[in-house]
Amino acid sequence: MSARRTRVRPPAVVVGLAAVAVAFFALPLAGLLWRAPWSSAWHHLSRPGARQALRLSVICSLWATALSIVFGVPLAWMLARRAMPGRRAIRALCLLSMVLPPVVGGVALLFAFGRRGLAGQFLDRWFGVRLPFSTAGVVVAETFVAMPFLVITVEAALRNLDPRHEDAARTLGASPWYTLRRVTLPAIRPALLAGAVLTWARALGEFGATITFAGNFPGTTQTMPLAVYLGLESDPESAVVLALAMVAVCFAVLVALRDHWYGNLRQPGIDG
Amino acid sequence: MGLRRAAVISVAAVAMLAGGCAGAARPRTSATAARGSVGSITVFAAASLTGAFTDIGAAFEAAHPGASVTFDFAGSSDLVAQINQGAPADVFASADAANMATLATAGNAAAAPVEFATNRMEIITAAGNPRHLTGLGDLAAHDLIVVLCAAPVPCGSYAERILAAASVAVTPKSREANAKAVVTKVSSGEADAGIVFATDVRAAGAAASGVEIPQAQNVVAAYPMAITKQSANPTGAQAFVDFVRSPAGRRILTDAGFGPPRS
Repeated sequence: MSARRTRVRPPAVVVGLAAVAVAFFALPLAGLLWRAPWSSAWHHLSRPGARQALRLSVICSLWATALSIVFGVPLAWMLARRAMPGRRAIRALCLLSMVLPPVVGGVALLFAFGRRGLAGQFLDRWFGVRLPFSTAGVVVAETFVAMPFLVITVEAALRNLDPRHEDAARTLGASPWYTLRRVTLPAIRPALLAGAVLTWARALGEFGATITFAGNFPGTTQTMPLAVYLGLESDPESAVVLALAMVAVCFAVLVALRDHWYGNLRQPGIDG
Repeated sequence: MGLRRAAVISVAAVAMLAGGCAGAARPRTSATAARGSVGSITVFAAASLTGAFTDIGAAFEAAHPGASVTFDFAGSSDLVAQINQGAPADVFASADAANMATLATAGNAAAAPVEFATNRMEIITAAGNPRHLTGLGDLAAHDLIVVLCAAPVPCGSYAERILAAASVAVTPKSREANAKAVVTKVSSGEADAGIVFATDVRAAGAAASGVEIPQAQNVVAAYPMAITKQSANPTGAQAFVDFVRSPAGRRILTDAGFGPPRS
């Protein structure tokens, strides 16, 4: 755990630049704290609308994280281990939603899974499933935007994993499924956890794809970021309090996970 | 779905994105006026005026050789904030009286604002009105997917006022962040109907159809404009205001779906 810490004193330039970076992240947070109406904060948070949005945000982001793990880990495994034709193209395709402006991602989701969309028209006709304006639609939008964070983190960990462990397991007669479950996955557990947290945080903050694809309705599709955005004009005080509540939730989770996360990570996670 | 419709939706999405960066300052063209010319002016105008004012700007420049108009289109409230912070606008055209009042209260309007256009609300449906909607009453149907603007934005508060006055109870599936988002949901077929400005329906072109709301049930959204106090070129600014209110400007606004000013 302390193996990577050294006693060498860092150059003054490094300390200075790092301090600037910290200030850069801390100041916007300080701005929110500065403008927050502390005396009425509880009043804003205890309104049913705020609780509803917070609850919906937590539920949808957890669903998005679960779906990202179920589909993202196998995808990362394939990308890291199989020499498929067009692997680079497939990887680029799967990471596209990271760089796509989220509103455009939402429009693309409408074209694909909307009532008249490429696949959506069949979902509607055959199963009566309509994703837009539904909570499931929020989960789809969040998964679309957030899953790449899991895929790149897990893929990097798999690439850094010494293949001899898996080879040894196989030579000892373990089936591929057993090897994956008992050797590979435990070995990349820290990266998996890190990826899942990144994914969850991204899903929790998702705004553009959600409002474009799933719409905005309290209790059904209005997550915290949507409530904050729409509140900024009519009720800025409430919006600031809601934003801080989101930050607090994220901060608490990131701090709580610190030891499990950074502590065991043997390799720097993301190296493309 | 037609390519045309897809194009409209994509454009609407990009417009939503661009909304955020519309405030970036463009360098003023240095058309230092020849004697008698109106020179260069900068016009800050509400986002809903984008199409009409771009055309009016071109017509204005054609009518006044040597003149040059630079536009900054954004939400009226953003524009007022920018002008009150010292942004170099000569003319401000607002989508509502409230934001113009904010400018006047700050002492940044050179003279009393003049109304130059009105807008009204309309029901927007998929192209060809496949559900055969005829008026507000039809929006209450249970199997109809209706989306409205959120209450804080003007199109949302107008829609609520209209529905309340007509005693029509509508449960929207979504409260969208702006009128363009409602247009996107309807023209993509996700929603069956919405309530937006008549000019939004017009701008959607063939991708959507409009159902008029009778005057008795409708609201009138007035668009005022004013020359700013800090204008470096009040003569040119006045020439532009006059042009917008001239028959030539009137015609362009009418084509875009705006109604005549009440005064």
